[in-house]
Amino acid sequence: MNRHDDITLSRRRFLVTTMAAGAGLTLGIHLPVCAGESRRLPEAGPGKAGGDAVVPADFEPNAFVRITPDNRVTVIAKHLEMGQGSYTGLATLVAEELDAAWAQIDVQGAPADASRYNNLLWGKFQGTGGSSAIANSYEQMRRAGATARQMLVAAAARQWQVPEQEISVRGGVVIHTDGGRRASFGELAELAAKEPVPEEVFLKEPGEFRLIGTRVPRKDSHAKVNGTAVFTQDIKLPGMLTAVVAHPPRFGARVKSFDAGKAKHVAGVTEVVRIPNGVAVLGRDFWSAKQGRDVLQVEWDESAAYKSDSSAILAQYRALAEQPGMVARSEGDASQALKSAATVVKASVAFPYLAHAALEPMDCVMQLSKDGVEIWNGEQFQTGDQQAVAEVFALDPAKVKINMLYAGGSFGRRANPASDYLVETAHIVKAIDGRAPVKLVWTREDDMRAGYYRPMFYHELEAGLDADGKPVAWSHRLVGQSIAIGSPFEGALIKDGVDVSSVEGASTLPYAIPNIRVDLHSPKLPVPVQWWRSVGSTHTAYAVETFIDQLAEAAGRDPVEFRRSLLAGHPRHLGVLQLAARKAGWGTPMTAGRGRGIAVHESFNTFVAQVAEVTVQANQRFSVDRVVIAVDCGVAVNPDVIRAQMEGGMGFGLSAALGSEITLDKGQVVQSNFHDYVVLRIDQMPRVEVHIVNSAQPPTGVGEPATPVIAPAVANALFSVTGQRFDRLPLKITA
Amino acid sequence: MIVFTLNGTPQQFDVDPDMPLLWTIRDVAGLTGTKYGCGMALCGACTVHLDGKAVRACVMPVSAAQGKSVTTIEGLDSRVAKAVQDAWEKLDVVQCGYCQSGQIMSAVDLLERNTTPTDEDINAAMAGNICRCHTYVRIRAAIMEAAGTLQSEESPA
Repeated sequence: MNRHDDITLSRRRFLVTTMAAGAGLTLGIHLPVCAGESRRLPEAGPGKAGGDAVVPADFEPNAFVRITPDNRVTVIAKHLEMGQGSYTGLATLVAEELDAAWAQIDVQGAPADASRYNNLLWGKFQGTGGSSAIANSYEQMRRAGATARQMLVAAAARQWQVPEQEISVRGGVVIHTDGGRRASFGELAELAAKEPVPEEVFLKEPGEFRLIGTRVPRKDSHAKVNGTAVFTQDIKLPGMLTAVVAHPPRFGARVKSFDAGKAKHVAGVTEVVRIPNGVAVLGRDFWSAKQGRDVLQVEWDESAAYKSDSSAILAQYRALAEQPGMVARSEGDASQALKSAATVVKASVAFPYLAHAALEPMDCVMQLSKDGVEIWNGEQFQTGDQQAVAEVFALDPAKVKINMLYAGGSFGRRANPASDYLVETAHIVKAIDGRAPVKLVWTREDDMRAGYYRPMFYHELEAGLDADGKPVAWSHRLVGQSIAIGSPFEGALIKDGVDVSSVEGASTLPYAIPNIRVDLHSPKLPVPVQWWRSVGSTHTAYAVETFIDQLAEAAGRDPVEFRRSLLAGHPRHLGVLQLAARKAGWGTPMTAGRGRGIAVHESFNTFVAQVAEVTVQANQRFSVDRVVIAVDCGVAVNPDVIRAQMEGGMGFGLSAALGSEITLDKGQVVQSNFHDYVVLRIDQMPRVEVHIVNSAQPPTGVGEPATPVIAPAVANALFSVTGQRFDRLPLKITA
Repeated sequence: MIVFTLNGTPQQFDVDPDMPLLWTIRDVAGLTGTKYGCGMALCGACTVHLDGKAVRACVMPVSAAQGKSVTTIEGLDSRVAKAVQDAWEKLDVVQCGYCQSGQIMSAVDLLERNTTPTDEDINAAMAGNICRCHTYVRIRAAIMEAAGTLQSEESPA
């Protein structure tokens, strides 16, 4: 028996395995979808992968793989690449099972198609978010690669007149083990396309992985270091006009009238059109359109405009917090246990609105033709956006074609439940009767002020300790706008009136406390809100992890040891907590003015602990010098991408913790650009160490889970130096 | 008519002299590697070299380039630039990538002047370039890596 046979026999039968393991895997519930897919599309064929490039000699065994005679393997990525490494990760999964050479792999964004490219965790919806790209694709993409491999082997066997068992594949070469015959994938592509698509495929055992678990270089690095990577901002179509929009100065305001006279006199301005959400100035380039908007005169109807201040909203939230809210979690009797507790500890904390402030401001290119609408954009919600744009033009969604591009950051923003900036583009295209392709470009100020923020939140916490310092009661009340209510996701995210994305991280409190109550108020305000990298955890992790620190202090216990004593039922929390503490040298002395803080949090089934080291200066300024991160995300598909997401995700959270906030003054957004919406720069970036827990659990996401952990770690570190707790973010030490 | 050398080639532009250099490069010359991020010289995404020195093209009127030499990410071809771009790729610095042209232009400018930068030198040279993916740890490491390459080239064993 040759070596290939050993490998073949040790490979699992995909169907058998998933049925056996299905109950424990998120994938299990989606198998019917997969099975239905393969029934509908039983044959390989040109156009099957991606849909656009229909070349007879290409080998397209399924929706995710295209092998061309030039020996290139194109992986069709159903998820947006917005920096998080999805293209690299998805391609790794395909290449692993295909036994391809990494260098021969290209990645292309998938078209919008919920039947082929849906997120398996989201039902019939194609989209990227919730740190789900690898989690939902882990078996699907490997199966896609394994299918292609099996058909290449079958083609070689037929061509060479040898049994398939005598054929192996290594680094993109199909080899007849005994006879020494070899062929590249490209040479076999046309033949492989004629093979039947196997109903069963074999997936590797983890011990057989060659790419998964190794540092595979990013697929997008080269194009992003030489300026050739294409973002929406970079698209230029023949005859295209650039649109800059005058948005209402307040949420809820409408155009009463406008005078385009001066704007139309600006050289290069071609049209000025009214759209539902403002007035668009179109020009031959950005500068002319922007200059046109600068002199455009709009009179706004502000009769229905929202004119409140951030401070008034906070006062309203504090008042609401005096009343019980909708119950998100209830165990035992927290109020009774608080009454009989030996010690009662209280805290409150307010979180501001936050803008995503992706470096590529929102933009979109759209063209209307007799065939329908074509979009060029970096999309987080492909099929939602497709539907929304189709509605503007009263078209069948299938007539809306989306060309996926890289997104210059997003952090949730390009997953807008209302498809806001796409619908805006569609209205502009419609307003000019589609006579030219349009590129909508938001200025930084537009992007900062057009809304869709991480909601403002107010939390109140109260806990009781018994005479031994053991926590016996935990009460946590949250007040803040729901993202899901009124959105297409209301049905999926609202459970018994509670928006789970408002309370995630609070209702999932991992600490063993006998009496727990978590409740929520979801006031409705006209300020548009949206998911922001790690969503509910952006505020709940801070509230929980600073308050547990406060309880440790009240109990006279070490923060790590105190948490550890309450995490017996949560081994993965415990694992990262102890790993981070150990690697950070928790407990070793620090010099005067310096301190350490720790926090641990699970989001999207990924567990992260961080230890932050700070230095506090006499003038109340402080620096974050070093952050040690431990992460448990199951199988580490690409450890270097995981490290990058831990570094960057933590930095994103640190930006918000140290300086960012969106505030309202009489309804107007105060901040406009990076001078007053303060984000982290290189001189404030701490040294970062990342430690990945070795795990055989199914892989979970890494794009978001590092973000919410840093603010509490820093606040706890600052407490260790200053003795101050913080009742609002961003963090400021008081004199 | 504005005349300047763009990536080594003299070119004429019939544009409003007040149009920022950024939009002349992007919308008129069609070179899109240089990015728009803020329009106020706050983020550095638009960084190009004017006569070899890093400038923010989003606030510089194109008339300021008259008779000068402008280099964008597409025109980089120096030994220093190669060291920087190679280091960026080797360390997989990029995430979304949108700011990285500007980061690289600033890093090349730094290393053209100083091949032995300290952390403080890097902070001073790079603090004008925002990365919202927060790739700063790797930007710093890649600059150090490129500096090492340049130093070893300068002092052959």
